[in-house]
Amino acid sequence: MTDIAQSLARIVGEAYVSNHPEEAYFYARDPGLMPHHAPDYVVVPETVEEIQEIVRLANREKVPVVPMGAGLALTGLVIPLRGGIVIDMKRMNRILSVNETGRHAVVEGGTSQGYLKAYLEKHHPRLRHSIPDSPATATIAANVMIHGQGRLTQQYGFNSDMICGLEVVLASGEVCCIGSCALSPDWFSKGPPLPDLTGLFLGWFGATGIITKVGVKLYPRKKMRDVEIFITDREDLVPEMIYELTHTEMVEDINVFAQPKPMIFKDNHHITLFFTGDTDEELEFKRKTIWHALDRFIQSKDGGFMGVAPAMKPTLLDMPQRSVSRFADVTRGGGFEYSGPIIMVDKYPACAHKILELAEKYDLGYSGMARIIGRSHCMMYGFAFTFNRADPDMMERTRKALHEVSVFALEAGGVFWKATVDEQRMAMEKMDPTTLSLMRMIKEQMDPNGIMNPGNWEVTKV
Amino acid sequence: MKYADIVHRCFRCGYCKFTSDYTDFNCPSYRKFRFETYSPGGRMWLIRGWLNGDIKNSERFQEILFSCATCANCVEHCVFAFSDDLVNIFVAAREELVAEGLVPPPVRDYLKAIHVNGNPYKLPASERGKWADGTGLEAYNGQDYLFYVGCVGSYDERAVKIARAVGTLLAKAGLSIGILGEKETCDGNEVRALGESGLFENLAGQNIQTFQDLGVKKIITLDPHAFNVFKNDYPSLGGRFEIYHYTQVLGPLIQAGKVPLKECPLKVTYHDPCYLGRHNGEYQAPRSILKAIPGLQLVEMDRHGENAFCCGGGGGNFFTDILGKGQESPARLRVKEAAETGADIIAVACPQCAKMLEDAVKSEELEDRLKVMDVAEIVTGCLL
Repeated sequence: MTDIAQSLARIVGEAYVSNHPEEAYFYARDPGLMPHHAPDYVVVPETVEEIQEIVRLANREKVPVVPMGAGLALTGLVIPLRGGIVIDMKRMNRILSVNETGRHAVVEGGTSQGYLKAYLEKHHPRLRHSIPDSPATATIAANVMIHGQGRLTQQYGFNSDMICGLEVVLASGEVCCIGSCALSPDWFSKGPPLPDLTGLFLGWFGATGIITKVGVKLYPRKKMRDVEIFITDREDLVPEMIYELTHTEMVEDINVFAQPKPMIFKDNHHITLFFTGDTDEELEFKRKTIWHALDRFIQSKDGGFMGVAPAMKPTLLDMPQRSVSRFADVTRGGGFEYSGPIIMVDKYPACAHKILELAEKYDLGYSGMARIIGRSHCMMYGFAFTFNRADPDMMERTRKALHEVSVFALEAGGVFWKATVDEQRMAMEKMDPTTLSLMRMIKEQMDPNGIMNPGNWEVTKV
Repeated sequence: MKYADIVHRCFRCGYCKFTSDYTDFNCPSYRKFRFETYSPGGRMWLIRGWLNGDIKNSERFQEILFSCATCANCVEHCVFAFSDDLVNIFVAAREELVAEGLVPPPVRDYLKAIHVNGNPYKLPASERGKWADGTGLEAYNGQDYLFYVGCVGSYDERAVKIARAVGTLLAKAGLSIGILGEKETCDGNEVRALGESGLFENLAGQNIQTFQDLGVKKIITLDPHAFNVFKNDYPSLGGRFEIYHYTQVLGPLIQAGKVPLKECPLKVTYHDPCYLGRHNGEYQAPRSILKAIPGLQLVEMDRHGENAFCCGGGGGNFFTDILGKGQESPARLRVKEAAETGADIIAVACPQCAKMLEDAVKSEELEDRLKVMDVAEIVTGCLL
């Protein structure tokens, strides 16, 4: 073992440190298309104190540290671009507290979405959190770090809007509480009425600190949940339809998908509407309100509700939707990647055209999926392409298609979600110089030695 | 390597690590080691890297491959179309390592012992039938059923008690059974799982010949591992017999009133053996026996049935101990989970699980609260 490996072993125990080629190979990659780069060490700590010690060691040795949840962003955010120490957070997966009436939980930084869901269902069946459709092993901290979205995003915004505090290990190794927990035992607010400091960490991909605890806002879990699908071949009308649907304030979540397979889906846009109720009456009232919201489109024969077969409902109502992962094997190749810009809902038609154009140009299987954020305030439009991991040519075509998506999204006024390093560079080139300067000041102050997930959000010039 | 055309199809989404409701990580080796490399997805990616020459066969690589307990949790929960082949892929990779002669020493020693002695304990075949001394069980000579005990039931001190309990119960219920005694040899389930396919075929061929020579038609196994290999692997080698795990036979005998039972106010939780449960879909037979005992309260652990957490003994680990001991060992985690139910007894239906969990109960210092008993032992204690 090297000196650093020995020091790490003293911190977390020898069993939880590796500088073996096997871990270097695996942790050098994520499931997406980014180039691999091996870490020098992988550690799996169990406590905040251990993370503090690791960061202090990294600072002394000027070695990069990269925190990792499940590594499912697909955009290379946990690939250690300059080597160093990858911190696999998933051993820190305890649910520390749940406040039933205050509707929030405090969880450790490696807690998975699936584990919190299972815990709430067992111990607090009237509470839920905004679970994303990334696989259940995805961690809550990583998801809020990348401004993820989930089942309650149409109602409450980004998942990062649905937090009520953070605990962060700074680049100095100090632990910092963000939000009401900074001066109160209670985790009820991430900022207000104090200055909201969560922005120093959220969206930074670990380049300013490592999230070790998250206060997660919880919401009422109704007894019943159902789904309807409105189908239209008029993508130009989708923004209007979304406007009407969000006006009802009756919908839990709105997703719009368009894909060529299975064949019966081709050329149509499927507005998938989830809604909930505690009673049959409540559920039916919401269903009727949702139906009536789209009356004029039905009357003009621009769309209609499809009968969702009972056999189809479990797949749609699954949380997270396992079927999303299956998209990776459409080509029997185990890969998919998407670029998911956050963009205005009125850009839906342009996005729908673009994905079709790129799929044809590069001969790729695709799925376009929009998740509405807020009451039609914006959306994440996922340009998803499936590829065969054993087919380098197809992988290269997918890379090119995704690059074109990035260029398109920026020109269309969108902002990259969980931006790749290339997208970060593109964003910073277009960004207001004063904003960029502020970002640089923050980064330099918070990570003077440049050890925190280096390569990400590095402002090289203003 | 067999399945080389599949390994690149793993997306490493991680569903394979969980239970179906995400209560906990449920892959024994991932739960123990906590590096992604020890998860099913990690193995898939590493096998691909190894096939591509990006990584080499090393001690670490061997540990990663051979720590898999072949519990099939990944098969149960992987979302992809190739899920059924996951364990087969890991076994195929082990076969390649065995062919190279580069395997962990305990694996080598186990396989050599089987090759030389026909059992991993390096004990003579003449002692194989000693477990039945005093039970009145007779050598097989055309009875309705052959009662196949296996290496663990024949030689392991703890498992011998279970074999005796099962054999005695079945005979007492009037079932026509016979045993092989010293003619019995290893069933080969673990040999196959550890990747020694040649030795496995020899063992299977030898067993099939023995069974056929004796005119065996129906076999009752003590051990789910033997049940699995007889049922699923022997037919393709010409060995077609009616195969039962003993719980599948004992249950109907109890229902038919041939095993009269008294009131037994026990609180019991049942641990599903992977080779009876996930590998063969038999979850109810042992439970129906327990439920038939008057006064017995059956309480389930969070992880049961398709979601049961493996004791860590499968895939040869019972003998090789590659998964290892310590506080995070699957067996110790499992007995703590059992204790949380408030049960007095962990019921098992597998001699390997019995041994693994009993050791874990001692390590966790739970002996005062929790006892590990085979279903047959519980029934024996409740006989009228």
